[in-house]
Amino acid sequence: MHNPNTAIEIKGLNKWYGDFKALTDVSLTVSDGERVVVCGPSGSGKSTLIRCVNSLENHDSGQITVNGKLLADKHSINEITSEVGMVFQNFNLFPHLSVLQNLTLGPIKARGMSRKDAEERAMAYLERVRIPEQANKKPTQLSGGQQQRVAIARSLCMEPKIMLFDEPTSALDPEMIAEVLDVIIDLAEDGMTMIVVTHEMGFAKKAADRMVFMDQGEIVETGTPAEFFEAPKSKRCQLFLKQILQH
Amino acid sequence: MRNKLFLILAILVGVSGCSAPAGTWGWYVIDPTLPNGYNNIRFLLNGFGATITVSVIAAVLSMTIGLIVALPGMSLNRWVRLPSRIYVEFVRAIPLLPMLFWVFYGLPVVLRSMGINFPIEPFWGAVITLAISDSAFTAEIYRSGIQSINKGQTEAAKTIGLSYIQSMLYVILPQAIRRILPPLANQFIYIVKMSAFASVIGMQELTRRANELVVTEYRPLEIYTLLIFEYLILVLIISFFVRWLERKMGSDERK
Ligand SMILES: Nc1ncnc2c1ncn2[C@@H]1O[C@H](COP(=O)(O)OP(=O)(O)OP(=O)(O)O)[C@@H](O)[C@H]1O
Ligand SMILES: [Mg+2]
Repeated sequence: MHNPNTAIEIKGLNKWYGDFKALTDVSLTVSDGERVVVCGPSGSGKSTLIRCVNSLENHDSGQITVNGKLLADKHSINEITSEVGMVFQNFNLFPHLSVLQNLTLGPIKARGMSRKDAEERAMAYLERVRIPEQANKKPTQLSGGQQQRVAIARSLCMEPKIMLFDEPTSALDPEMIAEVLDVIIDLAEDGMTMIVVTHEMGFAKKAADRMVFMDQGEIVETGTPAEFFEAPKSKRCQLFLKQILQH
Repeated sequence: MRNKLFLILAILVGVSGCSAPAGTWGWYVIDPTLPNGYNNIRFLLNGFGATITVSVIAAVLSMTIGLIVALPGMSLNRWVRLPSRIYVEFVRAIPLLPMLFWVFYGLPVVLRSMGINFPIEPFWGAVITLAISDSAFTAEIYRSGIQSINKGQTEAAKTIGLSYIQSMLYVILPQAIRRILPPLANQFIYIVKMSAFASVIGMQELTRRANELVVTEYRPLEIYTLLIFEYLILVLIISFFVRWLERKMGSDERK
């Protein structure tokens, strides 16, 4: 039966894009409050994996269970996606809306919240990501780091139990990476369950409970950051770490 | 814009000012200073109402049908997509005039055979034909406009819990509208011009009135010249409005 401490349970997941097999027999269990960092070479299926969790992609076989609910029909998909927030590499803010409107759209339209309550909540989360003063600007008027923090706040406004991050700092200039990672670390310290796809190994060492290394659509290795960085078991992982830590 | 108006005026003056042997030109038929000419002009200009009404109603219907056809046409499921594709390909292939005949003369027969006694008036025959014929094009305009919006926008909308309709309404269409409106307005010009075909099923719009007057006055050159200018002025007013709209939307984005 469902273990109440399990947030996400992925079993035997397979995913094809046409003839191309993007995920092969992937299994992963994430406990409540756990912070999992996923890394691996480009094209290894990291994005595909987390996009399957909030059903931005359909999987072909295997099971995904989120907070005890099996991801299957439309009803369960809606229920699950309302508990899972997602932050994208390129922010995907709505450019025609102000920052505040970006944050209140979901609560007002999808949750039926009053504008006043939604704005209050939005301002609280803007404080949380440390940019309340940008509330009335358009996203394009903000720096990349600020935009990504708005995107995080937008997700938080839906009060998810789980957050998925897909390379949240890859599109940022180096000097803006830290401000975004700080916000994510802050969330992690508050006990948010999260899966973070990232190549920021400094962040991983600091925030991750567990590392997952993927290659060619498979999970090759998992372990605590200590095990993972000090003594990676597989050859592929050693090679990957060597390459990435050189930079 | 101003230059264009000047050009038209110049042409008008040039044409009407041509001195020609008596019996060749007959501008008197539309000379507003003469009682008969005045009546004729009034008769012709009264066609504006019908032309504009038919065009506006057909355009609104076409935009609505176009959206209804375009949305399933972008589905990931090919079976949902198929009816839209068939509709667009089919409707786009039919020339306006045969469709008009079919709707006006044929559709009532079809309706009657189904036990519906519904005579189709020229006005509605024209509206239905123009709307359907144009909707294939508006559907394609919506489709390209909506598909020009980054897929990430839809995904972001989905992750904050918006339904498909909500994400279209609040996220995708407001962004796509900038690209959709100018070509839609162009289609409106197309509808206005094509509404001239309604004359053949007896609708009293600009062209029909001109035809009727030609039959009684035997002055095709003068009357059809005026007719052309009637359309020209109508279209210029619309395109002026389109420019204004484009500028307005362009500047909104810069804000
Ligand atoms: N929509 C798609 N259609 C076809 N192939 C796809 C699609 N999306 C991803 N793929 C392929 O699936 C594989 C895994 O892609 P995925 O985006 O999950 O990799 P990733 O590990 O996130 O890589 P990156 O670090 O570059 O983001 C890649 O080979 C990619 O080309
Ligand atoms: Mg990726």
